[in-house]
Amino acid sequence: MDWSALRVSLWLGAGTIIVLLPFGIWFGRVLAHRHFRGKLLVETLVTVPLVLPPTVLGFYLLVTFGARSPLGQAFQAVVGQPLPFSFEGLLFASAIANIPFVVQPIQRGFEAIPPDVRDAAACCGLSPWQRFLRIELPLAWPSVLTAAILTFAHTLGEFGVVLMVGGNLPGETRTLSVAIYDRMQAFDDRSAGIMAATLLVVATVTLMATTMLSRQVGSRRA
Amino acid sequence: MPDHRLAVSLHQDDPIPLDVEFSCDPGHVLAIFGPSGSGKTTILRAIAGLARPAHGRVQSGGDTWTDTDAGVFWPPHRRAVGFVFQEYALFPHLTALGNVMTALGHRRRPERRARAAELLNAVHLGGHDSKRPRELSGGERQRVALARALAREPAVLLLDEPFAAVDRAVRRRLQGEIDSLRRMLRVPLILVTHDFDDVVRLATHVLMLDHGRSVGYGSLSTLTSRPDLSWLHEAVGPGSVFEATVSRVDIDRGLVTLAFDGGTLLAPARQLAATTTVRVRIPAREVILATSAPTGLSLHNVLPGIVSAIHDDTTLDKAIIQMTVGRILLLAEVTRDAISKLDIKVGDHLHALVKSVSIEVFVPDTNASSVGPHFLDHTSHTVRIT
Repeated sequence: MDWSALRVSLWLGAGTIIVLLPFGIWFGRVLAHRHFRGKLLVETLVTVPLVLPPTVLGFYLLVTFGARSPLGQAFQAVVGQPLPFSFEGLLFASAIANIPFVVQPIQRGFEAIPPDVRDAAACCGLSPWQRFLRIELPLAWPSVLTAAILTFAHTLGEFGVVLMVGGNLPGETRTLSVAIYDRMQAFDDRSAGIMAATLLVVATVTLMATTMLSRQVGSRRA
Repeated sequence: MPDHRLAVSLHQDDPIPLDVEFSCDPGHVLAIFGPSGSGKTTILRAIAGLARPAHGRVQSGGDTWTDTDAGVFWPPHRRAVGFVFQEYALFPHLTALGNVMTALGHRRRPERRARAAELLNAVHLGGHDSKRPRELSGGERQRVALARALAREPAVLLLDEPFAAVDRAVRRRLQGEIDSLRRMLRVPLILVTHDFDDVVRLATHVLMLDHGRSVGYGSLSTLTSRPDLSWLHEAVGPGSVFEATVSRVDIDRGLVTLAFDGGTLLAPARQLAATTTVRVRIPAREVILATSAPTGLSLHNVLPGIVSAIHDDTTLDKAIIQMTVGRILLLAEVTRDAISKLDIKVGDHLHALVKSVSIEVFVPDTNASSVGPHFLDHTSHTVRIT
C-alpha cells in the first residue's frame, strides 16, 4: 500500500475543489443568468474536457504551459513551480480537467431558481450581494455540493492527465490510480489489489454521502 | 406624512411596446386592465425597477426613480416598492417568518422578528410562522407574499394578478382584505388584472391597456360610463359602475333602497345593512329607454335623465346611449332602429327603465374587512412609511 500516493490523491481532490469551486460558482451563475454573444461556444468549450481523451488535454496543457512558453514562464513565476512534474502543476491540470464537472451542475442549479424569486429578493430591498448570499446560493446549494463531490470523485480516478502532466514522482505527483498502474507493471498484484480496493471504497463512500446529503436537502425543500 | 403620489410615463417600441402615462394617489387603487400580453406586467416591472424602459419617468412622491432623459435609474432594492408577484415568488428555503423578515432589512435587527410575526398575524397567518411555502395553501402563500410586500413599508404597492391562482371563495376574501388595506395604507396601489370582477370590486381608477397602449384612463365610474370604449364593451359588455349607499332595507318586500348621486334604485335584498356603501353596475343591455314615464309595469326603477352622448357602433347593429341621471352617467344599449323610431338626440329628456333583478350590487366583504382594524391594532404605532 502506497500511503504517500493516497495522500497525494486526497490532497489533489480536496485542492481541486478549493481552487475550482469559487470559479465554478461565479462562472456557472454567469452562464445561467447572462445572455451574451458567443455563449454557445463558451458552453461548448466548458464541456469539451468531458469528451476529450485525457491525453489530449494533457498534451495541450504541456504545450501551452511548457517551461519555454511565455504562459509556462508566467505559471512558474506565479506558482513558483513549473507546470510539468510538480504537484502545483498537477493541481492546475486537474482544475482544468474538472471544469465541466463543476460548471455544469452549478449552472443548472442557478437556472432552476425562478426569475420571479430573484426579482422578489430585489424588491425586498436586498442588494445584489445579499441576494446572492441569502437567496441564490442557498437555493443552488445542492448543485454546488454535487459539483464538489463529482470533482473529488473524478480527481481520484483521473489517470491520463496525471501521467501526462505530473508523471510519476513519489510523494509529489504519484496518485493512487497511477500507483496502481505502476504496481501492475511490476507484477505486484497484491499491492495493486489493496490500492484498487481502497479507491473503490473511497469512491463508494463519497457517492453514498452525496446521495444522502442531496436527499436530506431535497426533503427539507421539495 | 410625505406625499406618495406615483407618476409614471413609459414609452418604448421594444421589446414590449408601451405607451402609457398615468398617476395614482395614496389611497387609490389603479387597476391596469387588459388582455394577456398587453404589457401589464411590464408596467409593474418598470415601476419596480426590474425593467428599464427606453423612455420614461417613474416618480414616487419627491423621489425620481427612473428618468431616462436625465439618466436616472434607481436599482430595485433602493425603491420602496411592495411587489406581490403572480405566483407569489416566495423564497422556498425560508419559513413564512423568514420570508417576511427578508423584507425588513431597513429595520434594526432586534425588531425584525417581532415585526414579521406582527405582519403575519395581520394577514391571519399567526401560528404559521415556521412553515415553509410548500406547506402552505395557495391562499396562505398569497398572504405571506402580501405580508412580505407590506414589510418593506412601501411607497407603492404593486399587485400582479394577485387572485389568478386561488379559488373563488379565497378570491373574495382576499379582495376584501386588499380593499381594507387600501383604506388604511395611504399609499398608491396598482393592481394588474385581466378579470373585470377585480376591477369592479377594488379599483377606484382604471387604465385600460391594449397592446401596450393606453385606450382609456380615468376613474372607474367615468370610464365605465363612456359610450365609446368598444374594447371594454367587447370584453365585459357595456355598463356603468357607480357607488351607492343602502338607505333602507325592506325585509318584508325583500328589497333594499340604494341611494346614489341623482336618485334611488330598488334592488333585491341581500344581507345588507343600512348605510353600507356598495358599488352598483347596471348593464347597458338591461336598460330600456322611454320617452315618458310608463304606467302599469312591474317596474320599480324609472330614472329620468338627459341624453348626453350617443355612440353609434357601425360594426354592430347597436348604439350606446349615455344618459345623465343626477350626477351619474348611465349607459343604455339600444338598436339603431329604436333611435330613429324614438328620434333620440343629445339633450332629450328620457326615462331609463331598469329591472331590479338586473342590477349588479358589489358589497365589500364584511368578514374580511375585519383585517383592517385588526391590522391597525398591531401596527398603528409602529408603521413608519418611508
